[in-house]
Amino acid sequence: MRMVSVKRGVSQNLGFAIAVLLLLALYLTYNMMHPRGFSSAVAIQNSNETVAIAFVAMAQTLPVLLGGLDLSVGAVMTLTNCVASEFLHGSPAQILLGMGLTLLTGTLFGLMNGCIVVYGRIQPIIATLATGAIAIGLALLIRPEPGGNVDGDLGWALTNSVWDFADTYGLAQGGDAWWLRPFADIPVPFLLVVFVAIVVWVPFRRSVTGRTVYAIGSAEGAAYMSGLPINRAKIAAFTLGGFLAACGGLYLAIQTSSGNADIQQAGAYTLNSIAAVVLGGTSLLGGTGGAIGSLVGAMILRVISFYFRILDIDPLLQPLIEGLVLLAAVSFGAFRTLRVKNQLDLFR
Amino acid sequence: MRMSISTENRPIVIASLFIVVILIAGTAYTLSTTGTAPLLSANYLLQQLQTGSFLGICAAGMMMVILLGHIDLSIPWTLTAAAMTATAVGGDLALPTALAVGVAVGLLNGFGVAYLRIPSMIFTLGVDTVLRGLMVAQTGGFAPQDKATPLMLFLAKDKIVGIPAAIVVWGVVSLIIMLVLARTGFGRSIYATGSRERAAYLSGIRTRSVIIGAFVASSLCAATAGVLLAGYSAKAYQGMGNAFLLPSIAAVVLGGTHILGGKGRYIGTLIGVILIVLLNSVLSIMQMPEAGRQIIYGSVIIGMLLVYGRNQRVTS
Repeated sequence: MRMVSVKRGVSQNLGFAIAVLLLLALYLTYNMMHPRGFSSAVAIQNSNETVAIAFVAMAQTLPVLLGGLDLSVGAVMTLTNCVASEFLHGSPAQILLGMGLTLLTGTLFGLMNGCIVVYGRIQPIIATLATGAIAIGLALLIRPEPGGNVDGDLGWALTNSVWDFADTYGLAQGGDAWWLRPFADIPVPFLLVVFVAIVVWVPFRRSVTGRTVYAIGSAEGAAYMSGLPINRAKIAAFTLGGFLAACGGLYLAIQTSSGNADIQQAGAYTLNSIAAVVLGGTSLLGGTGGAIGSLVGAMILRVISFYFRILDIDPLLQPLIEGLVLLAAVSFGAFRTLRVKNQLDLFR
Repeated sequence: MRMSISTENRPIVIASLFIVVILIAGTAYTLSTTGTAPLLSANYLLQQLQTGSFLGICAAGMMMVILLGHIDLSIPWTLTAAAMTATAVGGDLALPTALAVGVAVGLLNGFGVAYLRIPSMIFTLGVDTVLRGLMVAQTGGFAPQDKATPLMLFLAKDKIVGIPAAIVVWGVVSLIIMLVLARTGFGRSIYATGSRERAAYLSGIRTRSVIIGAFVASSLCAATAGVLLAGYSAKAYQGMGNAFLLPSIAAVVLGGTHILGGKGRYIGTLIGVILIVLLNSVLSIMQMPEAGRQIIYGSVIIGMLLVYGRNQRVTS
C-alpha cells in the first residue's frame, strides 16, 4: 500500500523528482571535484550566490501555475533591492523597519500586478511587461547611481554560517552553546530560503486559495463553475510573487551592501527565473508543479555555473555551454510527445 | 457602443488618436520652451521613422509568431548574430549570409516548438542564450573590428528619392507581410492555427509547417533589422539587439494583436511601432530621465490596454 502511494507520488511529480536527482548528482560531483569540497566555506559561498535567483524563481512559480507569466519579477527584485539599500542601517529597530518596508514594497507591487490582471483583465505577460518597466523606473528614481548603505553586522551575519550569526549578535553564548553545535556550519542564506519556503509557500499551497491557483491553471472555466474564489486566488498569487521577489531583492542588498537599478540585470533574473521554473518541473501551461521545484531548478542553474570555476574551461565558452545545457534540459520535455497515443493531444 | 467601429479596428483607431495626442503634446511643449515645432516637420519625422524602422521590422516578424499564440524571445541575439556574421563575412556575400543565419535560427526555433512541442517561451529563450554564447565565443566578448559593407551602409543611411532607405526596406517588409497575411493560404493558416491548432489540424492544415514558417519569418525579420542596424552604426556590437525585444512585443500588442493568437491586423502593428517611436522621441525632446521614461512607457501600455485590450471574463 505504502509502496503504491510512493510510486504514484513520484510518477505525479516526475519532473520534480528528476530535478532533485539531477541537483544531487551535480552538486555531489561538484563537491568531489572541488579541492575544498564538502566544506562549510564552499557551501556558504554557493548558497550566497543562489539565494536571489532562488527567491525570484519561487516568485515566478505562482503566475506560471496560473498559466500566465510574470515578466516583472526581476524588476520588482531590482526595485526592492534599491529600497533596501536606502533603509537597512541605523538601530536594530530601524533596520527591522527597513526590512518590513522593503518586503511591503514588493508585496504592494505584486498586489498591483494582481489587480491589473484581475480587474483590468489584461493578459499577465503583457501587464507585467508594462509594470516591470514601471518598477525599473521607480528603482532608477530611488537609486540613479549604484551604491547604498547597509548595516555591516547584518551583512556579515546573514551571509555566513549559523556560528557567525550567533557570534555577531552574541546569541547562544557567542555561538558556542552545545545545542548550536550540530547546526553551526550550516549557511544562514540556505536556512533563510528554506525558512521562507516552509513558512510561506507550504501553508499557501494547502490553503483553499493555493489550491484554487492550481485549479485555475488546470481549467479556469471548471474552477469558476466549482465556485472557487478565482479573483482572490489570482490576486493572492501575484501578491505572494511580489513578496518573494522582494525577499530576493532584500537579500541581494544585504549580500552586496548596495542597490543597483540595472535594467540588464533585472531582465536576466526574469529570464533565468523562467528557466528555473521549467527545470524544476513546473509546466508553463499551468496547473502542475510548485515553488519547491523552482527552488531546485534555480539551484541546478547555479551549480552548472559553479562548474566553470573548477573545470579548466575557457570563460568565453561559458555562455555557450550554459545555453546548450538549458536547451538540452528543456528538450527533455519532448519525450512527452513519444508517449502520446492520440496525435490530437499534441495540439491544444 | 454607438460608434460603428468593429472591435477589430478599435485598437487601431484609438492608437492612432493617441499618436495625434503625443504629437500635439510634444509640439505644445516645444512651442512653450523654444518656440519651434520640430515634431511637425517632415524631415524630423522621417529621421525618427528611420531609427524606428529597426523596431518596425522586428515587430513585423514578431507579429507572425504572436498570431500563432507563440512568442519569439530569440530576437535580440538573432539580430546580433546576423549583424556580426554579415560584417565578418563582408563583401557581396554579407547580406545573403545574414539572411541565411536568420533562416537557420528560424528553422531551429520552429523545429523545437512544432515538433518537440516545447513551449516557445522557453525554447526560444534557450536558443537566444546559445546564440549569445556562440557570438561571445566567436568575438571574445568584444565588439568585432569588422566594418559594415557599402551595401549595408547604403540601406541604413542613404536616401532613395528623399526617403531614407531604411524606411523603404521597412515598407517593403511590411507590404510582404501584409500581403502574406491577407492574401495567401499561409497567412490564413496562421490565423486558423493561432485560433485553435487542433481544429486547424483536423481541417487539413499542416500546422507544424505553419509554425516553422512563422518562426522563419520572425528570424528573417530580426536578421534584416540586424543588417540595417549594423549599417546604421557602421559595425556590429555585443547586445545590439537587447533594446528591441520588449518594445516589439509591446508594439504588436498595442496594435491590437491578441497575445494568445488568432486575432490582429498588420496595420495595427505598424501603428503600434509608430506610437512607441514617437513616444520615445517626444520624451527625448523633453529630456526626460531614464526613470521617468520607463514609468511613462509602462503606464502608457497599461493605460492603452485598459481602454481596448481587455479579455472576456472566463465564465464557463
